[in-house]
Amino acid sequence: MNAAEGPLLRLEHADKRFGAIRALENVHIELFAGEVHGLVGENGAGKSTLVKILAGVLRPDAGRLLLDGEEAIFDNAKQSQTAGIAIIFQEPTLFPDLSVAENIFVGGQPLKRGRRIDVRRMRRDAVGLFQQLGVRLDPDRLARGLSIADQQLVEIAKALSAHARVIVMDEPTAALTASEVERLFGIVETLRARGAAVLFISHRLEEIFGLCQRVTVMRDGRHVLTQPIEELTSQAIIRAMVGREMAALFPKVASEPGPIVLKVDRLTREGVFTDVSFDVRGGEIVALAGLVGAGRSEVARAIFGIDRWDAGSVEISGRKLPKASPTAAIAAGIGLVPEDRRQQGLVMDFSIERNIALASLGRVQRFGLIPHGAERSFARDWAVRLQLKYGRLSNPVWTLSGGNQQKVVLAKWLARRPALLIVDEPTRGIDVGTKAEVHRLLSELAAHGVAVLMISSELPEVLGMADRIVVLFEGRVSRTFARADIDEDAIMRAATGLVEEAAA
Amino acid sequence: MSDVAPQTETAVQPPSRVSPFRALVRWESMLLVLLGATILYGAAVSPVFLNSGDLFYICLNVGEVAIMALPVTLIVITGEIDLSIASTLGLAGVVMAEAFKHGWSIWAAMIAALALGAVAGVFNGFLVTRVGLPSLAVTIGTLTLYRGIAQVILPTDTIGGFPSGLANIGVVPIPGTQLPYSIAFFGLLAVVFGVVLHMTPLGRAIFAIGASQEAAFFAGIRVKRIKFMLFVLSGILSGFAGILWTLRFASARYDSGTGLELFVVTIVLLGGVSIFGGRGTIVGVVLAVAVLGCLQTALTLALVSSEDQNIVVGGLLIASVIVPNVAGLVRRTRVRMRSASARRQIGDRPQAESA
Amino acid sequence: MTTTVERARVPYDGERTGSHQLAELLFRFRELGIVLALVLVVGATTIDNQRFVSGTSLQQLLAGAAIIALLAIGETIVIVTRNVDLSIGSVLGISAYAAGSVFVHYPHASTFVVLLIGLLVGAACGAVNGAIVTILRVPSLVVTLGTLYVIRGIDAAWAGGNQIASFSLPNSFNKIGYGTIAGVPYLGLIAIGAVAVATYAMRSFRTGRDFYAIGSNPEAARLAGIPVGRRVFTAFVLSGAIAGFAGVLWLSYFGSVDAIAGVGYEFQVIAAVVVGGVAIFGGSGTVLGAALGALLLNTISSALVVVNVSSNWNQALAGALLVGAIAFDRLIALRVAPALRTRRSSRE
Repeated sequence: MNAAEGPLLRLEHADKRFGAIRALENVHIELFAGEVHGLVGENGAGKSTLVKILAGVLRPDAGRLLLDGEEAIFDNAKQSQTAGIAIIFQEPTLFPDLSVAENIFVGGQPLKRGRRIDVRRMRRDAVGLFQQLGVRLDPDRLARGLSIADQQLVEIAKALSAHARVIVMDEPTAALTASEVERLFGIVETLRARGAAVLFISHRLEEIFGLCQRVTVMRDGRHVLTQPIEELTSQAIIRAMVGREMAALFPKVASEPGPIVLKVDRLTREGVFTDVSFDVRGGEIVALAGLVGAGRSEVARAIFGIDRWDAGSVEISGRKLPKASPTAAIAAGIGLVPEDRRQQGLVMDFSIERNIALASLGRVQRFGLIPHGAERSFARDWAVRLQLKYGRLSNPVWTLSGGNQQKVVLAKWLARRPALLIVDEPTRGIDVGTKAEVHRLLSELAAHGVAVLMISSELPEVLGMADRIVVLFEGRVSRTFARADIDEDAIMRAATGLVEEAAA
Repeated sequence: MSDVAPQTETAVQPPSRVSPFRALVRWESMLLVLLGATILYGAAVSPVFLNSGDLFYICLNVGEVAIMALPVTLIVITGEIDLSIASTLGLAGVVMAEAFKHGWSIWAAMIAALALGAVAGVFNGFLVTRVGLPSLAVTIGTLTLYRGIAQVILPTDTIGGFPSGLANIGVVPIPGTQLPYSIAFFGLLAVVFGVVLHMTPLGRAIFAIGASQEAAFFAGIRVKRIKFMLFVLSGILSGFAGILWTLRFASARYDSGTGLELFVVTIVLLGGVSIFGGRGTIVGVVLAVAVLGCLQTALTLALVSSEDQNIVVGGLLIASVIVPNVAGLVRRTRVRMRSASARRQIGDRPQAESA
Repeated sequence: MTTTVERARVPYDGERTGSHQLAELLFRFRELGIVLALVLVVGATTIDNQRFVSGTSLQQLLAGAAIIALLAIGETIVIVTRNVDLSIGSVLGISAYAAGSVFVHYPHASTFVVLLIGLLVGAACGAVNGAIVTILRVPSLVVTLGTLYVIRGIDAAWAGGNQIASFSLPNSFNKIGYGTIAGVPYLGLIAIGAVAVATYAMRSFRTGRDFYAIGSNPEAARLAGIPVGRRVFTAFVLSGAIAGFAGVLWLSYFGSVDAIAGVGYEFQVIAAVVVGGVAIFGGSGTVLGAALGALLLNTISSALVVVNVSSNWNQALAGALLVGAIAFDRLIALRVAPALRTRRSSRE
């Protein structure tokens, strides 16, 4: 990090309001050339607003952005890119019908005589960029079908080609496998060594500690601290993020497991998962653990009928479930809280009450008609039970915070009194306070005899909540742990495919 | 990329976004105003306009189109579209006429027409839901295909000679009223559709599919089945409209009803149904039917030719989608002007500021 | 945790496997496929009737398809950007009538000027479409459906019941419609030239690639700094201008014009474009493919006449081919998608 030369980028006294909400209040951040700077904060802390200001997509209400000491004003994303700032979003958006090389150079392809595109040079340049990054990707292939990790590579190559000196990575590792994460880290190192400033935003503290030189913590739209990583511990960071000591986060209440509710037997889907068998009893919380890409969400979706399977069976309370029929799964008493809350869990434009009632329309109707206000009283009941914080039940659900949105999704399924509740990443993108509430809710559910199948990428959550853990690796059950055997290291090893000789 | 709306613990309603209810009420009020203006125009053009006898013709002109507009409304709310309706109308009329000509009873022939409409709808529905094709492209294709089949069946002739009792449906009002039968059917259907769309689980499901198909699917709504049924319904009602049309004109030709899809789409969009899906009301569509009916009759009384009338209808179609967007345009222009000058500004919604 | 990936040994990430190459071939296969279909149709018809491959017959095939092929150029550009232009038939009609009117009032007008007028009339219509779509953010389906009727209405109002016949048109102008050079009709040459230029331009100029980017992912295009509004506007202006130009040629070919010129062309053109491999959702497909599609469709209808199938079948056939082409594309895409997907980068 080259502190002697002054910061490459400096945002000072930044304010941003949306109506009555203060997204940013007097925020400042400095990035130096040759440093990887971590940015941490809960959802709602203002990180994404900050990123959008850097990207040129938003203008701050107050404050200045300085690049190399000179003030910079961006009216649009292109100006920010021209100034040398590149943003790598969590879900990169490429052009699927264009080639990799065209994706890198879109809008600014190298030209030859007569303003025609120099295809050969474009290809050469693309290969050169990938070499600098230490990876190989065929520049002529279509971008359609690239894995998320490879898409990120293309975005990074794009940043390099634009001579970006500030590279912002917004939650880049959320959808990557472990080896892809390693590859990414290598690339970040390369970028850093070449003098770029990298702003690395992540929820995962182990990554922050492994990669960053300095860390900034934000909370509620304000800057809390910026310190070199050596001076910090994860406790300190969490405390700064949350503002209070994190007491017991996972209040799992002990309960007696009941009869088997879900029985998955040798479930197989070509190329996705193979021979998956496990069961879940009423009153149990079984966690499906494993790395991203292990097939956990796919198994859950297959059980619920969103995806099909090719072999094996699923039984609920002793009866076989037909495949690929969410209707049958729901009728059998399964509910699924999906991973993607905004696209799959909620109809964003619908009101809170309609979302809560959406899976219970049969219950809310009388003689085929839905009486006026029926959805509202139905929803109010559940909103109270789940301690939902809202303005009015008729407000669209996008007005709620992430945590409250998740509660709406939960309410929707709990209203059906399911025998089995599948939750995929129950606390992703949720602030810590609501996290604890969700965990308490799940425990209570289990205590009332509901079978809970939980998918989570956060090991502490898995360790704290689960009665049993089924670890998947590359589509197969790697190992199963009963409560007594739970051991963090063993789980990690099972998740990465290093299975020891099974103990009895 | 995380949410546009910032996340806080307390729920908020950003003031610049109007609640859907309020937006709709505004739209329907505007339609009432438009209806009033059209009636005034009609009265100004001709003293005949306000006669009750004229009401008959107003309704007659618009009856079949109105009936076809109902299922299309539901289809558009789910985010799809059906442009093949006019061709189905024509084909159904041709099939009915051919059957009748070959000795079938008129009732059997009508059932044949309805069955044909159903088949047409099944084909559309199959291509859209099972094969997964975009409905715009499919129904442009079937629009051509069905009309083409009609042309093969009945290339040059017209068939007439329908039983006079039924053919009178076109010309004679329901005894004791000034309303044609077609509008009566429409009224009945409108009530049914309105109740289903706004007050039943199926209606909620239809809105959900249009607002977020994936979330609807994840909530257990049978998206494909519902869309399929809507296309079949559209086919059947287009067939029914074909029967009414043929009886009204007492003859069948392969090109009957060419171009009616314009009117149907105009009615649906004028009625406040969003082309993007997820929003709309039957009340709005009924009002739009009224506006279009009065407008057509008024223009005919003003001796405006049918091609010129098309100009008006085409203009109305464009206007009905422009108007809601003008507000957005004005806002965006204001933002752009401000951003070109001072640095400090009150924040608008993020989308307003992106290039 | 921060090991750098070794450069030497790691194979291509996302390396094209055999099946992947086949998949990409299938995507590019389209133009070849159409040529094959053409050969088949011509071949089969010739077996039935030798005269089908006679000089005049082939000339007619080329000339007849030329107008649709020209229209297909503009429509392709618009569809590639994920829009649609339903008004081209009406634009063609009004431009044809305008051209005829010019000759009626100015019998010595130069052909070149009249072509230019047609082009400008079309461009103006295209500009109206483009402005409403880009500035007012109205979906192009609705806009062009509306302008289809508005423009035709204006055309009908203007024409009244009149018809402009070929004796009002100068000979030099009429020659374009039926003249040939070395056996190739002028119309065919014009179409071939335009298609060649357009195909090359779409591939080799930034603006052309921008069109594809916009259709492939409009949001990303915006973020990448592509002036989406301007490009889409240009696409509509081009489509209108080409339709206007084609309208003048249409007048020359048919020798007369009334108010119903060009009615229904939009659906023929869309059928040609889709059969030619242009995805209805934008982002892919070539002008060459679309033009070949036009040629194929025209050849099929001519072939039907030759084997004594009545022309009443034309519309039904066009519809069937359109539906068939979209379905075919979809099924191919479903087959191809798994082959294109990269496996996870490593399997340690």
